[in-house]
Amino acid sequence: MIRIKCPYCGERDHSEFSYGGDASIEYPSLEAPQEDWVKAIFFRENIRGVQKETWHHLNGCRMWLEVERSTITHEIKSVKPCHPDYTKIVENKQ
Amino acid sequence: MSSQRIDNFGKINRDKELRFKWENKNYFGYDGDSLASAMLANNIKIVGRSFKYHRPRGIMSCGVEESGGLVTIGVGDKKDPNVRVTSQELFEGLVASGQNAFPNVNFDLGSVNNYLSRFFAAGFYYKTFMGIPPFEWGRGTSIWMFFEKFIRNAAGMGKNSRLPDPDVYEHANDFCDILIVGSGPAGIAAAKEAVDKKLDVILVEQDNLIGGDQLSDNDFDTDTAFKELQNLGVRVMKRTTAFGLYDNCVLGLIERVTDYNTSIDKELPRQRFWIVRAKHIIVGSGAFERHIAFNNNDVPGSMTVNASKHYLNRYGVLTGKEIVIATNNDSVYLTAEILANAGAKVTVLDKREKIDLKFNRNNFEVRNGVVPYKINGSREIKSLDIADSVNSKYKKIDTIQCDQVLMSGGWSPAVHLLSHRGVRPEWDSENLCFLPGEAKENITMVGSARGIWGKEDCIKSGTAGALDALNRLGISKTNYFFPKEGGWKNAIEPLYEVKFNKSRSKSFVDFQHDVTCDDVRLAHREGFISVEHLKRYTTLGMANDQGKMGNIIGLSLMADLLEKEIPEVGTTTFRPPFTPVAIGALAGRSVGKHFMPLRTTPMHQWNLDHGATMIEAGLYQRPWYFPKTNETISEAYIREATTVRKSVGICDVTSLGKIAIQGPDSTEFINRIYTNPFAKLPINKTRYGIMLRDDGLVLDDGTCWRLSDTEYFMTTSTAQAGRVMSWLEELLQVRWTDLKVNVTSVSEQWAVAAISGPKTREVLNQCLEDPSVISNENLPFMGFTSSELIGGIPCRIARISFSGELGYEIYILADYANKMMDILWNAAKKFNGCLYGLEALGALRVEKGHVTGAELDGRTTIDDVGLGKMASNKKSYIGSAMRKRGVLSSEDREKLVGFFPANKKDTFDAGTIICEKNNIKGYGIGRVTSVTHSPELGHWIGLGFIKGGMERWQNTTVVGSDLVRNKEMEIRVVSPHMVDPDGKRMYA
Repeated sequence: MIRIKCPYCGERDHSEFSYGGDASIEYPSLEAPQEDWVKAIFFRENIRGVQKETWHHLNGCRMWLEVERSTITHEIKSVKPCHPDYTKIVENKQ
Repeated sequence: MSSQRIDNFGKINRDKELRFKWENKNYFGYDGDSLASAMLANNIKIVGRSFKYHRPRGIMSCGVEESGGLVTIGVGDKKDPNVRVTSQELFEGLVASGQNAFPNVNFDLGSVNNYLSRFFAAGFYYKTFMGIPPFEWGRGTSIWMFFEKFIRNAAGMGKNSRLPDPDVYEHANDFCDILIVGSGPAGIAAAKEAVDKKLDVILVEQDNLIGGDQLSDNDFDTDTAFKELQNLGVRVMKRTTAFGLYDNCVLGLIERVTDYNTSIDKELPRQRFWIVRAKHIIVGSGAFERHIAFNNNDVPGSMTVNASKHYLNRYGVLTGKEIVIATNNDSVYLTAEILANAGAKVTVLDKREKIDLKFNRNNFEVRNGVVPYKINGSREIKSLDIADSVNSKYKKIDTIQCDQVLMSGGWSPAVHLLSHRGVRPEWDSENLCFLPGEAKENITMVGSARGIWGKEDCIKSGTAGALDALNRLGISKTNYFFPKEGGWKNAIEPLYEVKFNKSRSKSFVDFQHDVTCDDVRLAHREGFISVEHLKRYTTLGMANDQGKMGNIIGLSLMADLLEKEIPEVGTTTFRPPFTPVAIGALAGRSVGKHFMPLRTTPMHQWNLDHGATMIEAGLYQRPWYFPKTNETISEAYIREATTVRKSVGICDVTSLGKIAIQGPDSTEFINRIYTNPFAKLPINKTRYGIMLRDDGLVLDDGTCWRLSDTEYFMTTSTAQAGRVMSWLEELLQVRWTDLKVNVTSVSEQWAVAAISGPKTREVLNQCLEDPSVISNENLPFMGFTSSELIGGIPCRIARISFSGELGYEIYILADYANKMMDILWNAAKKFNGCLYGLEALGALRVEKGHVTGAELDGRTTIDDVGLGKMASNKKSYIGSAMRKRGVLSSEDREKLVGFFPANKKDTFDAGTIICEKNNIKGYGIGRVTSVTHSPELGHWIGLGFIKGGMERWQNTTVVGSDLVRNKEMEIRVVSPHMVDPDGKRMYA
C-alpha cells in the first residue's frame, strides 16, 4: 500500500485517495484549437522513473495534490497542494 | 515407519488429553500437540494422497512447507480443506479427514493412476485433449472444452464446503516503529534491542509458541521468553502470519483468533486480517530444509531431518525406530545424536567423503561418500538402497533395513517477503542457497533468512538488524556488523538428485503436485527451459506449498540440462500470500448487507410507512413503487404514472446530487462547465444544463439555480454526484486556480420531493403559507423561489419537470423531510393523488424522451442524445473544441430515437439490438436503452439509438433482436418525444 503524506491531514493510506492523472499537462485555454486539446488529452508519456501526477484526497480533506512518484518503486519524492494558495493554508495550520 | 510417543521428551502437557477424530476413528493427543505430532504419536502413517498419481503420502515436515500432510478439518459448513497438519494445533474434538482419495486415504482407487504414470507425465492433458486430429481441425479448442470439465473434476485436492461460511472475520489496523517477522533467535534479539531504544515494536509469530527453531532445543523455555518480551514492552502477536509485504512497509497479517480452539468465546472472530504500517521491518523468517530427489523419495516415512528433531524435542514423538539420515551438510549431526539418545538406531549417509566434526561416533553410524538410491516399500518404508558415485554415475552398493529416511539437501532461506517487494534473491554458490538481495526500502533480513546458520550468529544478526533499523530511521548512530553467511565447519556439497540409472523412476521434486525429475527433463526436451515456462508446464511449485521445499531441486536440474549455473537459470518470483489465506478473512465484515454502504434518504422510513417497495439505485435505497393490496409491480407503476398524468403524484428524489457554488467568479465558472449559456441567467431562475468531459462526451446533466450574483445551487444526477463534485474541485484546484469560487457538497443537507401532475398547483396552494408565490405569473417554468410550507417551514421551490407535467421540486432542510411529506401527501390525497416510485418516474420520462444514465452512458455526445441545441456556439466551455472531433460528428453516429413495437401488443426489453430488416447480424445498427409500458399511449415504448437517427429512420420499420431472450420483433422508429412533444403541460 502506498502511503501518501497529505500536506493537510498527514500520512495516509492510498485507499483514501483517488488517482487523478498526469500533473505535468498544461491544459490549453478553452478557446484553443482542437489539435491542442487532442494533444493535451490523448497523448501521454509512459514514464519509467519519477513522474508528476495528481491525487485527490477523496476521503480526507478533498485537496488535489501534486505528487512526484517513481513508477518503478512507488517511492514518493514530494507531495504538495495543486493550488498555490493552499500551500499557505497548510503552512498556517502548522 | 513406526512412530511413537516416548517418555522424558517434549514440552507437551501430558496431564491434559485432547480427543480427536481422523477418518472416523477416535484418537487422542496432548495439550501442546499439533495435529501432525498427534497423528505421528498414534502411528498414523498415511495422511494423504498425492495430486496426480494418488500415491500414499505421510507427514514430511513440521512446518508451513508441508507438502504431504494436507487434510480437511471440520464438517458441514465448518469444513476447511487443504489444512497442513503440521501447522494445525490440536484441540478437543477436532475432526479431520483425508482428501483426494476414494474411498479413503488408506485404500484409494485413484492409485491406479500410479500404474499408468508413464502416460501422465507433464503436459499429458494438453497433449491428449487439445487439438486432437482430425476431430479438431478448424474447430479451435472445442474438444478440450468438452473434456476439461471431466478432467477438472478428477483433479484438485480437498473439496470446499458449498455452504455459506458461518464464521465471522474482522479487519484491524495498526501502526508501529519496527515490525519483526519471526520469533526465532534472531527475531527475539532484534526485538529486545529495538524495544531497549524505547521503540514501539511488534513481533509476529505464525506458531502458537514463540521461539522458532529453538522450540526443539531442550534448554529453551518459550513461556519465559514470551513473558520477558512482554515485560520489556514488545507487542507479541502469536498465531499470526505475515502473508504479504507491500509498499511503504505495509504488512498484511492473518491472526488465527479461534481457529485452534472451538470452545473459545463465540463472540470472537475466527480470524483477523491486520494491515500494519511500520516504519521499518525486520524479517527473521528462518529457512526451509530441502529434501533430496531420489527414487521413491515420497514413501510415507520420509521426512526432513530437522522436522524429526522438532517432533522429538517439542512433542515427545520419536518418528522412527531404524532411521537413515541422508545429507550433504553439517546440520544433521546434532539431530542424529538426539535421535540415537532417544533410542533409535541411526545411520547417517553423508555424501561428502571426508568431514571434520566432533560427535559421539559410538552413538550412531556414519557412512561417508554414500547417497540414498531407492526406497523400497510403497505404503511404508521397508528398506533403503544406497549408492556411491563413480564418475558422476550412481551405483547401488548396499541395502539398509529401516523404517524412516530423513533427508537434508541443504537449507533455503525464506526470502519470500522480500521477494514480494520485487527484490531478486542472489545465489550463494558456497552455501548452495538463494540469499536475500539488497532491499532499497526499510527492510532488514536477519538470522537464517539471511543465510546465517549458527544460533549464536543468528542472535548477533538480530541485534545488528535492530541497529541497522535504528540507523536508517535516524534514531541513533551505532556501528554494527552482520555475521558472515553460512557457518558450517565443513562445506556443503551439491546433492539435488540421485539419478536412478534404470529407465523408470519416481524421484519427486514437488511432492504435492507429483512433479518428478523426469518431468523436468521432459519439459527441457520439449523446449520449456525458462524457469517460468518450466513452472507452468510441469506445475512445479504451483501447489499450495508454493515449492518451499523442492523448487531449488527443479532449478538445479534445469541448470544441469542447460549446462549452466543455477543463477543463470534464475528463480521464479514469490508472490503473496506466503501461506494460503481464507477469502473470508479478506472480506472481513463486508459481507451480506454490509457488502456496500447503504444510503437512505431522510424520508426513508416515511416511504416504508406508506407502503413503498424499495430498490437499490447506486448505494441509495429509493422507492420503486407503492403497491396497493395485491397489486403487481406493473399494475402499480402504470396506475402511478396514470395518476400523475391525470391528477397529481409525489416522489422522493432526494438522491440527486446537490452542490453549493459560491464566490465572486461563480458565474464565470458555471459558464465554463456547462455547454449552454449561463452568463445571463437571472437571479431566481434555474436552467437545465449539460456538462461535457474534456474529450467532448457528455458527463452529466442537471439544473443550476442562480441564488444571487455570486451564488449558485447545482443539482446532478444520482449516479454522477460524486464524480461531478470531484471534477469541479479538480477544475478549481488544478486548472483554474485564479477563479475565486468555492464548491460544497450539500447533497445530504437537502431533502427533495417532486410533485407533478395537472392538479399540482391546487395541491401546493394548500401546503404553502403564501400560495401566490407559485402562480404561473410569479413562478414561470424554470423559475424558483424561497418560501415557507405551512407552519413556517423554510423551503425552496423550483418549477422543474422531469415527468413532463406541470411540476415542482420542493427542497427542504433534511430534518423537515417527514413533515414536508405529511403536508404534501395530506393535500394530494384530497385530489386522488398518489405516491410514485422510480418505476413510474422512468415510465413518465421515457414517454417524454428525457434521457438518464441509460442514455448518458459515457459514450454519447450531446448531439447523439438530441440536445445539440443546448451547445452554445457563442462561448467556449469544457469539451467545446473536442465535441466536434471527426468521429463524434460522423453522420453515421447512433442517435436518440423512440421505438414503438410494430405490433402494439408486443413487448420488448432494454438491450435489444436493432437491425435492418433482412440483415440481422453482428452489432446491428442500434440498440434499445430504456423501455416501459406507456399508460398514455396504451402500449410499450422505448428509447434508444440508431445509426443516422431520426433523419434516416423516422417512421420506418426495423427489427429488434433480443439474443438473451431469443426473441425477434418488428419495431417502428419514432420521435423520442412520444407524449406532449410541445411541452404544453409543463408550461400550464
